[in-house]
Amino acid sequence: MRIRFVLDGYEVEADVKLTDTLFRVLKDRLGVRSVHFGCGEGSCGACIVLVDGKPRYSCLTLAASVDGKKVTTAAGLRVDGEIAEIQRAFVEHNAAQCGYCTPGMILVAKALLDQNQNPTDEEIYEALAGNLCRCTGYVPIVEAIKSLARR
Amino acid sequence: MDEFALLGKPVRNVQLLGHVTGETEFVDDLSFPGMLWIKAMRSPIPRGRIKKIDTSKAERVPGVVKIVTAKDVPNNYHVNMAALGIGPPDEPVLPDNEVNYKGEAICLVVAKDEETAAKAAQLVDVELEELPPVLDMEEALRPDAPVIKPWGLNAHIFGSGLDGATPRGGQGRPYFLVKRGDVDRAFESADYVVEGSYLVPPIEHAPIEPHICVARPEPGGRLTIYTATQAPYFVRDNVAAILNIPPSRVRVVSPSVGGGFGGKVDPEFEMQVAVAAMAVGRPVKWRWTREEEFTVSTVRPAVKIEFKDAITRDGVIIGRRARLLHDSGAYTRTSPYGVIKAVFNLSGPYYIPNVYYQGYCVYTNKQPSSAMRGYGVFEVSYAVELQMERDARTVGMDSLEFRFKNAYRNGQVSASGKVIEDAYIIETMREAAALASYPLPPHLLSMSSWG
Amino acid sequence: MVKLRGRGVAAICYPTGMNLGGDPSQTVIVAQPDGRFIVNVASVEMGQGLKTALAQIAAEAIGVSVEDVEVRFGDTETAPHDTGTFASRTTHRMGNAIIAAGQEIRRILLDVASKILEVRPEDLEVREGRIQVRGVPDRSISVKEVVAQAQFTYNTPVVGKGHYVKPKSPVDPETGEADPHSTMAHGCTIVDVEVDTETGAVTVLNVYSVYEVGRVVNPRLVEGQVIGGVVMGMGAALTETVYPKYPLIDNQATSFREYVLPTAGDIPNIRYKLIESPTPTGPYGAKGVGEMVVNSIAPAIVNAVYDAIGVQITDLPLTPEKVLKALEQKKRGQL
Repeated sequence: MRIRFVLDGYEVEADVKLTDTLFRVLKDRLGVRSVHFGCGEGSCGACIVLVDGKPRYSCLTLAASVDGKKVTTAAGLRVDGEIAEIQRAFVEHNAAQCGYCTPGMILVAKALLDQNQNPTDEEIYEALAGNLCRCTGYVPIVEAIKSLARR
Repeated sequence: MDEFALLGKPVRNVQLLGHVTGETEFVDDLSFPGMLWIKAMRSPIPRGRIKKIDTSKAERVPGVVKIVTAKDVPNNYHVNMAALGIGPPDEPVLPDNEVNYKGEAICLVVAKDEETAAKAAQLVDVELEELPPVLDMEEALRPDAPVIKPWGLNAHIFGSGLDGATPRGGQGRPYFLVKRGDVDRAFESADYVVEGSYLVPPIEHAPIEPHICVARPEPGGRLTIYTATQAPYFVRDNVAAILNIPPSRVRVVSPSVGGGFGGKVDPEFEMQVAVAAMAVGRPVKWRWTREEEFTVSTVRPAVKIEFKDAITRDGVIIGRRARLLHDSGAYTRTSPYGVIKAVFNLSGPYYIPNVYYQGYCVYTNKQPSSAMRGYGVFEVSYAVELQMERDARTVGMDSLEFRFKNAYRNGQVSASGKVIEDAYIIETMREAAALASYPLPPHLLSMSSWG
Repeated sequence: MVKLRGRGVAAICYPTGMNLGGDPSQTVIVAQPDGRFIVNVASVEMGQGLKTALAQIAAEAIGVSVEDVEVRFGDTETAPHDTGTFASRTTHRMGNAIIAAGQEIRRILLDVASKILEVRPEDLEVREGRIQVRGVPDRSISVKEVVAQAQFTYNTPVVGKGHYVKPKSPVDPETGEADPHSTMAHGCTIVDVEVDTETGAVTVLNVYSVYEVGRVVNPRLVEGQVIGGVVMGMGAALTETVYPKYPLIDNQATSFREYVLPTAGDIPNIRYKLIESPTPTGPYGAKGVGEMVVNSIAPAIVNAVYDAIGVQITDLPLTPEKVLKALEQKKRGQL
């Protein structure tokens, strides 16, 4: 079937099978750089996108289900060419090393702060529980989020 | 400290902007026109003889282009670290008569997409004669154990020119040996003898980016391999060797790697991808699943270490015996190197004048092990520090005091006969104690690495 | 429900570079017409930050700002041979190679500048992207200008090559006598844990670590290694193994659901300090860091559990089952 959705601000179309995952379509069909394959089974978070503002594992989301929706990746957060606050906070806090988990982390962090401007430490840990990072040890990621929460 | 313009400065990591916007390029971002995908048919058993491979059903799946087996590999047997003098070439790119670990790739399906390749891989019929696997290292070393290596022992022979370290033509023993002083005399005169046995099991690097590779044949018999590797020249040398082409015809490109930790040092699958690319004459891609990462990719070796320490009444370790078993898994890879490095470090940051250290590189029917962060020394530091704790308690001394007492100093000679010139463990421990508010008595605070 | 606290120590050393040496690194630094320098290395950036750290070393060696240097990595087409990015060897070996290449570039720049400014090369210095007559700051010329003139007026390529190897040490097959490493770095970690005697769960409360790294190239990058190392070490100590029934292969882990990695909420309070004891063998004295930071964590945790419960569990990982079994055996006087 043919689906149409908004991806990072642009209208896109794709012919998909009902069984195609959103990840497969984004990565292998549309060549999207800002989603990554980590496990294919919703455990690591490297494939996370926002679907109408909510974080979803694109590897567990059927492509057909985003027809008519808005899909956002870390590449689609710029406003007037400027990177988003959460992206700037990650940069300032050195919250990435290899960068593979980062797009997913950014979106989960953004979704958390969009919904809760002043999360407690526990709420931050809870939000990040579905994102694995093997490099940073999480501390700078948590600090980046906290730096925005204090406002 | 301002003698430097840039050294010691917290310069911002230049990749951060690319990471947070998802612009950083990884291998998985590469795709070429006409590219095909690879999936492997893997052995369901840890050890067996291949009687028959029937690919007829798989070949008939629409979208399958080729099934690659051992006969498509020009030079099948290799060892990853030949460039370092490690041998023998005990590992096939694709097995031709036996499998030696559960998950070993028996053949590759090259097809128009991942799904088709995976479906066809399940339709490959392999007839295997199951053989009893060797799994336990102690059992593997017993004279009556089934032997899984062609040279007749489930252990690497050190000293015969194949360990990358000792000279050729030597006696050859199934273990690497470091000895110094008179360890028997040390035990005779010891006031305490403390034994311990420690085990680190296999651990997986688990970088968030799995193994992913794209190989693309180029004009003039050349080949470009895009792969997440920590060692492009290892890949180049190994691919050239198994294809029987000059290394300069192979270009290896590693974009940013999504975590390595030693798990992307060995060329584990690039040879297979290269063979597939040359066989079909088109770009091919292989994206390993997370399950393959856990069950097939190299792991940290399991290491078992037994210590026996000879200690004086006042808490000085005067002798140490150690026996180390390193589980190489089914193939050699880098294991002899890892064993040698481990054995050199069995004294830890301490001065022990009389030592006898043996390290075995043992083969078992499990996925091959290789480097992981701290290779050879992670396991040793673990065992040494637990043994030091046991020693300290036996002598009745505080944990840190015992370590200060035995710490190595500049001018002393290490187990390998090297004069120590950069000792700094005393100062490091002192700083750590201060950081942790761990009180130290004055006689320890005044110790130094220089006498 | 009793929670027992304990403190444990681990003191370690870790060698820099491949065991026994014989692992060469080469680099070529090429000046671009716009005055920037491309450093070509076959080393690989995998998050440790070598694209940044090696640029710092190159910029320091040449005498320009780090913004004017770019490290391009991982391509055998343009980068000469490097053994590989492992064994904590890159800063050390490739750093040394880059210094050599940078010094060659500096010599070329000074030679060309000396012709332009009509002074002897010995009277010139390179500083912050400018080449000036010592003590006479207004007699100067930008590196960019020198590079351009070198290529278009003086017929001189501005290319530097560098190479470093610790020659491979022989090994006595009888005694193992050898020179295994260039230098040792050091570490000491002290850990506080809390053990829940009802569930067997071990919580790491505090990690205090000091690492002696020769010379710190970039403290932010080293911090990344230290904190990442704590978490990798915690996983190794408490939850990680692919073969829970080792040496049997039964119940082998196949996914992140079975192979448990720590997540953000598991991280303890981490305090660390970096200290320096420069090595004459390393670039500006630097030693390797990236691996050592994992090695001190697991033994410190296990020793802390020993302190807490009075039993030394010797086989990793310290799963709740193992802890409970140890407590049980202790209670029954079996230990």
